[in-house]
Amino acid sequence: MDIEIIANPKITIKDLNFFYGNYRALKDINLSIAEKMVTAFIGPSGCGKSTLLRTFNRMYQLYPKQKATGEIMLDGENILDPKQDLNMLRAKIGMVFQKPTPFPMSIYDNIAFGVKLYENLSKHDMEARVEWALRKAALWGEVKDKLKQSGTGLSGGQQQRLCIARAIAVKPQVLLLDEPTSALDPISTAHIEKLIDELKEDFTIVIVTHNMQQAARISDYTAYMYLGDLIELGETSTVFTNPKRKETEDYITGRFG
Amino acid sequence: MLNLYTRRRIYNAMGLTVSVLAMLFGLFWLCWILITLLDHGLPALTPVVFEKMTPPPGSAGGLLNAIAGSAMMTLVGTLIGTPIGILAGTYLAEFGQRGWMAPVTRFINDVLLSAPSIVIGLFVYEIYVVRVKHFSGWAGALALSILVIPIVIRTTENMLRLVPSTLREAAAALGAPQWKVINFVTLRAARAGIITGVLLAVARISGETAPLLFTSLNNQFWSSNMDQPMANLPVVIFQFAMSPYEDWQKLAWAGALLITVSVLTLNILARVLFRQSATTH
Repeated sequence: MDIEIIANPKITIKDLNFFYGNYRALKDINLSIAEKMVTAFIGPSGCGKSTLLRTFNRMYQLYPKQKATGEIMLDGENILDPKQDLNMLRAKIGMVFQKPTPFPMSIYDNIAFGVKLYENLSKHDMEARVEWALRKAALWGEVKDKLKQSGTGLSGGQQQRLCIARAIAVKPQVLLLDEPTSALDPISTAHIEKLIDELKEDFTIVIVTHNMQQAARISDYTAYMYLGDLIELGETSTVFTNPKRKETEDYITGRFG
Repeated sequence: MLNLYTRRRIYNAMGLTVSVLAMLFGLFWLCWILITLLDHGLPALTPVVFEKMTPPPGSAGGLLNAIAGSAMMTLVGTLIGTPIGILAGTYLAEFGQRGWMAPVTRFINDVLLSAPSIVIGLFVYEIYVVRVKHFSGWAGALALSILVIPIVIRTTENMLRLVPSTLREAAAALGAPQWKVINFVTLRAARAGIITGVLLAVARISGETAPLLFTSLNNQFWSSNMDQPMANLPVVIFQFAMSPYEDWQKLAWAGALLITVSVLTLNILARVLFRQSATTH
């Protein structure tokens, strides 16, 4: 459904089903993600929006008993194909989580960790890359004098921007954000929303959010999910002002959920 | 309403009284042991204890050879046991979700953890001492390392499990292979807890007597040769405390105090380390 409305898809999902053991958490999902745009997944808790996001980099593979069937095409390659090199795939698709996850190492090493996995940069180039990523994440000014200090010593909002910097430092094509601001205060949230708006010049962004205002503010496309079904996907302005489906309207207007 | 509240307060007072009494009961024995130990041990703890070897009955002497022997065997036992324990604990925590290997290993490790140390001593006696036909420091260190392994496995696994899975996911999401995730992220995050486990294992083995009786035995003279029978504090205490000679009994008290103080220090160090790591996370 609705695939045709996306003019320039970066990711195309066909007949995706997802299982936690025997529980079917995603049901025949078909959708496209527009390139260099922000797509938001909204829906009540347990509707499968995070599950859907985690299929894009096959994060579920860390856990036994979780599996996905169907097709997720990224630039003509099927992400779900077992022959797909998982680590190369994950280098192309960055992810930021709900809770900040700084590694137990210095701020500098937090950023350099991912870059070192794929590129053999000289010390000078690595320094330039770390600075570039921190500037992109609007964190450089706050940490430039303490790059050797531990990343775990930063505030929650700074930690989350550090995680965003870490994700973009490897220059991925797609950025997955799993409720990136739900653990943050309003000021940090505003920082990160502004950041997302700037980052979409370079990256295709998919964001899961519980906050409908946030989806309305920052996304170009919005997908509404409920109980493992994709109910509606459309341009954000249309979905929020003139939804095609009754269920979407009920959720957005707060009559449900 | 008041009735319910009064009753709750009475229950609270009763519960508090019982638990405080239980705490005092436990503490009473501990204090008694410590006081007796200090009472007898402190006067016996002269500089000579650290300067001279264990004496023949009736003459003056110290515990130098026993202190050195204990330190060497504890060190070697820890050096053998720690890497094995950390590697096995990492396997259980990071690779142990699938298959039957991990549950079986975990079960056997639990058995080993609670095995009486005298059984470990007999085991090493049987497989090593009998073959080389003499007691030795190596055999003692081997027995101690077998005691270290299950403790380190257990604490390593527990500490790694405390590392939030989102941290693993975050590293994996960057495309890091599993060995890098473990080496650079999860083991690092659990480092303080794992070191604490090793310190507790050292504390545990530094007071073990039974496994050394069958392996390193004792040596009245100075020896730094691990291939020879080796003096050690627990066995010396055992031998000297049971003897009728007053000099020997005094040295046994001094040795007992030494072991207790070092174990106490290690335990406190382990707690301080762990608390520091808990506040930085």
